[in-house]
Amino acid sequence: MDVSAEAKRIMVQALSKMYGSRSQRGGLRLHRSLLLTLVMKSARDIYHSARAASESQDSQEEKPAASDSPSDPPRGEDESMDTSSPEVPEEPPKSASAAEPTHAEEDQENRSPVRVDRHSRKRRGKTATEPDFLPCKRAKMDSGEVLRILQDATLRSNSGQCARGTDTLPGAHMLRAVATC
Amino acid sequence: CYPWAGSRLSRDSVALRRTPWSRPPPADAGGTRWVLEEIDNRKINNSFLRDHNYATEADIISTVEFNSTGELLATGDKGGRVVVFQREQESKNQPHRRGEYNVYSTFQSHEPEFDYLKSLEIEEKINKIRWLPQQNAAYFLLSTNDKTVKLWKISERDKRPEGYNLKDEDGRIRDPSTITSLRVPVLRPMDLMVEATPRRVFSNGHTYHINSISVNSDYETYMSTDDLRINLWHLEITNRSFNIVDIKPANMEELTEVITAAEFHPHQCNTFVYSSSKGSIRLCDMRAAALCDNHSKFFEEPEDPSNRSFFSEIISSISDVKFSHSGRYLMTRDYLTVKVWDLNMESKPLETYQVHDYLRSKLCSLYENDCIFDKFECVWNGSDSVIMTGSYNNFFRMFDRNTKRDVTLEASRENSKPRAILKPRKVCVGGKRRKDEISVDSLDFSKKILHTTWHPSENIIAVAATNNLYIFQDKVN
Repeated sequence: MDVSAEAKRIMVQALSKMYGSRSQRGGLRLHRSLLLTLVMKSARDIYHSARAASESQDSQEEKPAASDSPSDPPRGEDESMDTSSPEVPEEPPKSASAAEPTHAEEDQENRSPVRVDRHSRKRRGKTATEPDFLPCKRAKMDSGEVLRILQDATLRSNSGQCARGTDTLPGAHMLRAVATC
Repeated sequence: CYPWAGSRLSRDSVALRRTPWSRPPPADAGGTRWVLEEIDNRKINNSFLRDHNYATEADIISTVEFNSTGELLATGDKGGRVVVFQREQESKNQPHRRGEYNVYSTFQSHEPEFDYLKSLEIEEKINKIRWLPQQNAAYFLLSTNDKTVKLWKISERDKRPEGYNLKDEDGRIRDPSTITSLRVPVLRPMDLMVEATPRRVFSNGHTYHINSISVNSDYETYMSTDDLRINLWHLEITNRSFNIVDIKPANMEELTEVITAAEFHPHQCNTFVYSSSKGSIRLCDMRAAALCDNHSKFFEEPEDPSNRSFFSEIISSISDVKFSHSGRYLMTRDYLTVKVWDLNMESKPLETYQVHDYLRSKLCSLYENDCIFDKFECVWNGSDSVIMTGSYNNFFRMFDRNTKRDVTLEASRENSKPRAILKPRKVCVGGKRRKDEISVDSLDFSKKILHTTWHPSENIIAVAATNNLYIFQDKVN
């Protein structure tokens, strides 16, 4: 599990670095964001292959929709990453876009106002540096919060429940809290 | 034996003590003994810095470049300033002292800007300076920040007209009734004044951050490079530029690599190279097509599978690419190595030099403290026989391509007195640490040498260590 723990740490750091670079002078650095994305992807792949090897019994409790993406934990984590840093350039469009419509059906009860935004919001990724004609008014989160959310996310995803439903709660709370401040 | 060759440290240092100055260094670059002749940026910023240990971020040097004759040395910093040093003429009175570099001109090249459309601040940090070849009494250089390239003219004024009829010496208009005779103004000598004026501003050419500029050998055009595009400009025309390379994918989510550096061939005005974050170099010929998306040559070394790690992609990203003066070779710098490529061989580099391989096992910590993203530059000497690049702890490394010797030197005030010979340094990688060696864990990663430059024909180097500039010359007796 050492590899998987290291992979998780690298992913978390990549995320916090990407988040921190948003408030940097000079704007998002494309090269750095790309390298962080690559590190995160390779760390994630290694993390999942390590976890898949050790947690094969959880696959029975996963949703049928899990066939769209490699396994439930990555989806849960992907979505939690999605919540916490909306501008992060992300995982292959396939798994997320396939997962999204199925999640919409499953999570009717747990939907938060934030959700609607998330579905309709275009995946920003590196397009954050493209000219978009509205000023960027994103709520800022410090890296401590990001790490906390991710740690919560990864803990919850162990349970085999709908990771997405439980993960959105801290995210939603976060965004709502920031909006009201 | 060569005094600075690191591999024979103990024996060489003994030899040096026995016969310190009697043996002059051999003529070739391999035998140089490096002497500190330091220019301290803090002297220039005298009025701003009171505490010697306090360095403002604006003073951090972000680029250094000799001009084509080596007479001038330009530095750019994070605060958008350019400081130009000039070598003083060698005087007959002190023949043993070769020309020293003194401040010649200081000017504010770029200011911080705000892009209102994207709500982004544009940093004033000077990313690169490139000199134009000298064609008249004035000097010209190109300096760039993330978005805008500027052409600056640096000229001297040592005469001024005196004896105007309608105004007096202070410039005040004279009372016409007091003018009783006419005279012709004459040019009289004045204290030398060096003026820097912006002659061209090349703006709005780049959506992404500019990382390189390169003047073409035709002396009419130059190119500017950002993460995804390369633009060709004419030095006289600021409202138009041609896009010659565009690697932006239709869907940004499919982006897998960015351009990290680019340079024109030193003699062939149609040829240029650009390096990528994936560790490859593409050579393009502008005669082939208007848009050089298809390369003429593709240089890439297959990855060693045994070295694969989480960080393989990051450390293979090329941070600098430089043609040799001859135009026959290419040099690239990635995080751990410097490679020399033959333009005629695309499959693998001709030579690979390990800059600081002891960091390979520390990549995780270097990733945590962000050092793994540092972009080191590399430079050739005038004869293309020695290459140099920086490292951490204010170390910089030189590799002699002919003798295969290498040396590690340190740029620091504590360890070097002016005119003292630099002592080679060594990093201890494990096991017993010898005296004078430094262990990997004791290295100071906040002291990094990213920018260095080598005089075009002599053994004079300039090394930027955070906010200090060090100039070293080889010792002659």
